[in-house]
Amino acid sequence: MAIAAPAEQTASDTPIVPIRGLIPVGAVIAAIVATIATNWVWGLDFFHVVGGGMWTALDLFMGFIIGPIMRSLPIPARIELTKRLMPKMLLIMPTLVTMTLAAGFQLARHNGMLNTSYSRHGWVVASMIVVAVMAAVALALLQPANIAVLFELRKPQPNPAIVQSLMRRFIYAAGVTGAMQVATLVIMTRLAT
Amino acid sequence: MTKAPRVTELGMLSIGFVAAGVIYLAAYLPRRAPLAPAVILLALAAAVLAANFLLIARQPNFAWWRFRQVAGWMTLVYLVVAGMLEFTFLYDRTRGAVLVVMTLLLAVFTLNVPLLSGWTVARFETTA
Repeated sequence: MAIAAPAEQTASDTPIVPIRGLIPVGAVIAAIVATIATNWVWGLDFFHVVGGGMWTALDLFMGFIIGPIMRSLPIPARIELTKRLMPKMLLIMPTLVTMTLAAGFQLARHNGMLNTSYSRHGWVVASMIVVAVMAAVALALLQPANIAVLFELRKPQPNPAIVQSLMRRFIYAAGVTGAMQVATLVIMTRLAT
Repeated sequence: MTKAPRVTELGMLSIGFVAAGVIYLAAYLPRRAPLAPAVILLALAAAVLAANFLLIARQPNFAWWRFRQVAGWMTLVYLVVAGMLEFTFLYDRTRGAVLVVMTLLLAVFTLNVPLLSGWTVARFETTA
């Protein structure tokens, strides 16, 4: 069975990346570069805390709230939700990740947390390992599945089996990164205490 | 449908080697880490990436036009990200052999991401 595109809108009209969204993304990236280049500690702290908080919340929300909801929806409803959600996620997630990691690394360097002499250096290395696992899952599973779903949905006759399989991959990967975010919360609160 | 090669899993492995290399080097800061383990991890990451390219190249009826479209744009995006990371390395006064290894690890990472997205999209594309 193939699902037909709605009559009022052809499937190929669905944008892969919302072009207008590139403006705030560019502004955030420019602000991070400026903050790092000027060594502005409050700015680094701001970008790390705000980016990290939003990244963690979004991962948990996607993995443990949206994921189970999506699984229970009928396929046409999943497709409609996916069409609206995924283009935004494609811009939001890489921006949040870049913001959090770039600012976080510079902040840790500035505060001496990267030094092996730092009393909780082990926790810092643990946080790097958690981030590495999340990056591998996000870049190899989540993001490609996200893009592939959007391409499939642009076809005049999207294949529901392909969409379902990619969405399943997306939801499980989001669950894994959500669980890893719990580990991040433990590590970050250990470091901040 | 024929069974697709395990490009995604290999991509994760390659990114894992890159991450292990970067974490290894960063864990020694501010001292300089012995480079041999990082070079081995870099070689492993590059070898897995090359194997992945070969696996894709050997796919019959592969939608190369779609792969190039997706991978091309993703390369542009991740060149910006890689540029930022390279800027951070230079800003933090990373120099010499460590900078070379870090840059090559970054290059392998930057090639892996477009390859994985291009593959995932193109494998579901029907060739004309």
